[in-house]
Amino acid sequence: MTYEVTVEGKQFRLELNRIDGRWQCSLDGHEIHFDAVLPRRDVLSILIEGKAYEIKRERTATDLHLWVGPRRYDVHLRDPRSLRSRATADDGKGPRKLVAPMPGKVVRVLVPENEEVQAGEGVLVVEAMKMQNEIKSPKKGIVRKLIAAPGANVNAGDVLAVVE
Amino acid sequence: MFKKILIANRGEIAVRVIRACRELGIPSVAVFSEVDRAALHVRKADEAYPLGPAAASESYLNIDKIISAARKSGADAIHPGYGFLSENPRFAHACGEAGIKFIGPTAASMEMMGSKTRARQNMEKAGVPFVPGTSRGVDSPEEALRVSEKIGYPVMLKAAAGGGGKGMRLVHTPQELPSALESARSEAQRAFASDEVYIEKAILNPRHIEMQVLADEYGNTVYLGERECSIQRRHQKVLEESPSPIVDSDMRSRMGEIAVRVAKAAGYTNAGTIEFLADQQKNFYFLEMNTRLQVEHPVTELTTGLDLVHLQIRIAAGEELPFRQQDVQIRGHAIECRIYAEDPDNHYFPSPGKISLLLLPSGPGIRRDSGMYEGWTVPIDYDPLLAKLIGYGTDREQATSRLVRALNEYFVGGIKTNISLFRRILNDPDFRTARLDTGFLDRLLEKPQPQEAADSNAARIAAIAAGVFAVLDPDTARKDPASLNGGGGDMHSNWKRIGREEALK
Repeated sequence: MTYEVTVEGKQFRLELNRIDGRWQCSLDGHEIHFDAVLPRRDVLSILIEGKAYEIKRERTATDLHLWVGPRRYDVHLRDPRSLRSRATADDGKGPRKLVAPMPGKVVRVLVPENEEVQAGEGVLVVEAMKMQNEIKSPKKGIVRKLIAAPGANVNAGDVLAVVE
Repeated sequence: MFKKILIANRGEIAVRVIRACRELGIPSVAVFSEVDRAALHVRKADEAYPLGPAAASESYLNIDKIISAARKSGADAIHPGYGFLSENPRFAHACGEAGIKFIGPTAASMEMMGSKTRARQNMEKAGVPFVPGTSRGVDSPEEALRVSEKIGYPVMLKAAAGGGGKGMRLVHTPQELPSALESARSEAQRAFASDEVYIEKAILNPRHIEMQVLADEYGNTVYLGERECSIQRRHQKVLEESPSPIVDSDMRSRMGEIAVRVAKAAGYTNAGTIEFLADQQKNFYFLEMNTRLQVEHPVTELTTGLDLVHLQIRIAAGEELPFRQQDVQIRGHAIECRIYAEDPDNHYFPSPGKISLLLLPSGPGIRRDSGMYEGWTVPIDYDPLLAKLIGYGTDREQATSRLVRALNEYFVGGIKTNISLFRRILNDPDFRTARLDTGFLDRLLEKPQPQEAADSNAARIAAIAAGVFAVLDPDTARKDPASLNGGGGDMHSNWKRIGREEALK
């Protein structure tokens, strides 16, 4: 199985093989043998040369996060051969949706449509529970499809804008 | 003894009280709002009654509904937990009128201690040391200026009816005073329906040290050791410990005796806490009394070996305190972290949502009081306290290392929590050397976050794991973005939507 994996913006090419229950992979050409079991959904135990790693998976509406130890990694996985994944290519370089994390009201637009935004820069401000929440762009790009305007009420999960 | 106890609360404290009832063989009754139907406290109780819509005013703060649930269930006692109605004299009174025992102090002692100015007036009579200031609200900017001149700047303006930092202003110079008074007044009016503001000398770099007291209904009153609660954000406690690193046995007995005197002067019964501000020279001053069981009571339970909720129930049932002051021993050290559903990378904005994965710490010296479970959706309608994690050991160092170890085992997936904040606090050199004061956390948060060495090895492990997950645990939910966000089905539930809209009004 071959995958293109992006971890915190860094791209890897991963070739995975499992023979007789033994795992082996080639990561950017570097060969690694390891053992892996899934003790429960969303938790993976990987052993590499005696070192043990417990990896937790977390999925949100738009992202995949993997935790290695106490650190969280933003991950995108693409199977180049899969038709479905080509159609919804999400390697972190494609368009990213900005989603309302909770019900609230749009109070301010910080970056107007068709303007450039940096990774981590606030695009708009949603007010909820008497606090103002800056919705930040996950990547550098151009703001498109600014769906929400000041005064609009939004529900959790509503797409507010798309950054391409 | 009571034949049935209703718990007028929710979340982790409701679970904790239900557990005490079980241990005492007393049937427990839970109450719940519409968004709490699947909450842990409802699952653990013997009986449960619905209260209505999510808004606290329609549910957990609604005296009539709660008394009515108690009547329906035949409960002869109510435990109010903390927050909500726990310090509401009208509620205590309503319980009495309904022939139901309120597990806590009397309405009269709540009233006396509920107004900070009235509390000061009464405590002055009892010869209790105070932060110099006024025992009455100031009537005019002129009076405020006169008083502040006498006390000496900096001064703190405080709301008589309030708490939690609202209606408070720190004033350094006479020029700032009139407008600070104006804004403190209006904030207090909005938050507490009273614009009474009084003035105290502002103690620089104070430590917040509070003393647990317990009194039966026969006048026996004891103190059970102190807690240090200096680690606060915006006047909300975040981490507490017992004993306080600066309190020696002499200071403890002096503070304890004063705390008992305060409790007696208020005619206090059941569990309560006297809050003090201490300066770095170990002088301490009465701040206020909390007429309820507190969030951080576990650190006292662990260091004294006493079960405070059991004792609350037994005292309310008319039993005498089963021990005397000389029997109280402080042993070991306990530290508690309050785990909140908050995003530390986004100004601690509340982070409700579905808990997709919950990996729990346990082992030696670890206590966990929690209201959450895997698969539960944290509602947005209430204070986002999820759980308390407490580390206990023979000394502060061991308690700290156990807590750090347990925090590394704790994983809450699907929502944001402040767990990473505790790693920062517990590893901080000032925390380790107990150089604490109420400005500690603000200073810590201003320090740049220690950049973890870019771990390229961990990134490679993550890449491999991503592939292995795709093979062993396919991400089928990604086909449908709506269902990925765990609560997808729930989000479209009408009662939930209505509940949220109401909470936002």
